[in-house]
Amino acid sequence: MVAMAWLHLSDVDVALGAREVVRGVSAQIGPGELVVVVGPNGAGKTTLVRAIAGLVAPQRGTIRVFGHDPLRAPRRAIARDLAYLPQHYELAFPFAAEEVVLLGRYARQHGLGLATPDDLAAARAAMAACDVSHLAARRFDELSGGEARRVILAQALCQGARCLLLDEPTAGLDPAHARAMFALLRAHCDAGAAAVVVTHDLDLALRHAGAMWLIAEGRLAARGAPALVLAAAETRAAFGLEIHVGTLPSGALFAVPA
Amino acid sequence: MTGFVAGTAGRLTPRRFVAALATCLAVTAVIAGFAPLLGTVVDRGWHLDLLGPRAFTPGTIEHQILWAARIPRMLASLEVGAALAAAGCALQALLRNPLAEPFTLGISSGASLAAVLAIRLGVEASFGMTGVGGASLVGAAATLLAVWQLARIGKHLPPATLVLAGVMTSMFCASASVLIQYTSDLAELTHMMQWMLGGMESVRLATVTAAAIPIGAALVVLSGYGRELNALAAGPEVAASLGVAVSRTQTAIFALSSLLVGAAIAVAGPIGFIGLIVPHGLRAVLGPDHRLLVPASMFGGATLLALCDTLARTALPLHHLPTGAVTAVLGVPCFIAILVSQKRRARLWSHA
Repeated sequence: MVAMAWLHLSDVDVALGAREVVRGVSAQIGPGELVVVVGPNGAGKTTLVRAIAGLVAPQRGTIRVFGHDPLRAPRRAIARDLAYLPQHYELAFPFAAEEVVLLGRYARQHGLGLATPDDLAAARAAMAACDVSHLAARRFDELSGGEARRVILAQALCQGARCLLLDEPTAGLDPAHARAMFALLRAHCDAGAAAVVVTHDLDLALRHAGAMWLIAEGRLAARGAPALVLAAAETRAAFGLEIHVGTLPSGALFAVPA
Repeated sequence: MTGFVAGTAGRLTPRRFVAALATCLAVTAVIAGFAPLLGTVVDRGWHLDLLGPRAFTPGTIEHQILWAARIPRMLASLEVGAALAAAGCALQALLRNPLAEPFTLGISSGASLAAVLAIRLGVEASFGMTGVGGASLVGAAATLLAVWQLARIGKHLPPATLVLAGVMTSMFCASASVLIQYTSDLAELTHMMQWMLGGMESVRLATVTAAAIPIGAALVVLSGYGRELNALAAGPEVAASLGVAVSRTQTAIFALSSLLVGAAIAVAGPIGFIGLIVPHGLRAVLGPDHRLLVPASMFGGATLLALCDTLARTALPLHHLPTGAVTAVLGVPCFIAILVSQKRRARLWSHA
């Protein structure tokens, strides 16, 4: 399993300034896995994901992304295998939505990098998957929060990476689009990709993810099947409330704060 | 949300890329070909003359005026305008600041101060103009580095604050230059003035030729960074995760901008606002894609400065106005317009 792992974290500590934000996290992720990362605000979820993306250096421990140290490997090589969606995304220039999506093709372009038929096909497929095809010509900075979020998701998808790191991809999305997004990720992972998704959408996470990590005070406090993690005492302690997991008449699971 | 205005040109296609650059090139060529023929030859009141065929006959006074005065001046305008506008465009993208350009950030004045200091220390005597040019390049780089550090300390420093720091830097450099001038002799002073005042009046063909190689090379290399500048519009972290080697790119843009500004100042002294007006104007027409915007800014800057200099040369019958004053008269209202339009969105002054 270790040899197979796409992402490999071993005893990782990350500090932001003097504050230790991630402590002793060890984990692996391989093809086909959809892992959701849950935890209270400020628990260290975003920092953990940023460390995997090679955007912040761990203080201790090692991180390997497809066998490479993400801080040292060429960014271009990393970007072909790993796409990262940040929690906040602000664009300095008023690009059209389609141009924003096409930025995702950077690592696969050469020279001047005008969009090739391959790039366009990837961008159109990603935009269709995220239901933003109709926004292609709209200015990105004039989109609503949820629309902009979906455009950025399309950017990450069109990067063509095997592994996705998504920090709150469904924040600001309406319920239908949020569910569609998780369904899309599930299908993507069933087709052999992998995804690490930070989310507060426990109900959708429960239904779509294969595994759940609970991060509490920087530590990986619980992990396993989502239904088990949500019901665990650690989860209750971390959130300060109980998460009720039940079964709908259809047989599907649901999670609500009790 | 953003501080930039842009047209809705849509995705950059090869066809649009070629058409836009061909148009830019044609406009530049027409202006560059026509403007040197225009001007007052002898004082006949408020009168503009067009040089006739005699300008192409060696030995005539018209020939002399055209080839010894106006053509070098035109070449200098094209070269300096292209350098400043391309550097302005790159700096706006790098700092994600709509008000950024060599002059407003204080980079021009830093380059001037370094040149003045070099002259005072006798660099010119030992290393010639190349030495002073080198000093102005170092001055440009040092000021740019200071601005960059400032922009990093306040990670989301409001755009206007960075420019305010640039204005302060300019004042400091100007005052320091004045202090140095008070300790200098007349010969040094004459040389110093050339670096302090922006203008094409005292342009020498030798300098124009010498600066053409570094400026040309820097422009070509900078034009190749369009995709990186596009990705950096989303911030360094997103750019990195898209596959951009961020720090290497930033260093390259810095070095190229410093080279362009330093060389431009070596030719014509500090000329303001070309680097502000041109990218903003072109972005509104061509859209924000830097693969097109950087080379288009080159042509736009060359054209605008050539026009400004022609205006400076011909507006009054007897006197040539300082070119830098003409660009400032055009540029300051433009600067204020950007400031006011962004003030409504409040992003320029405060945190988002």
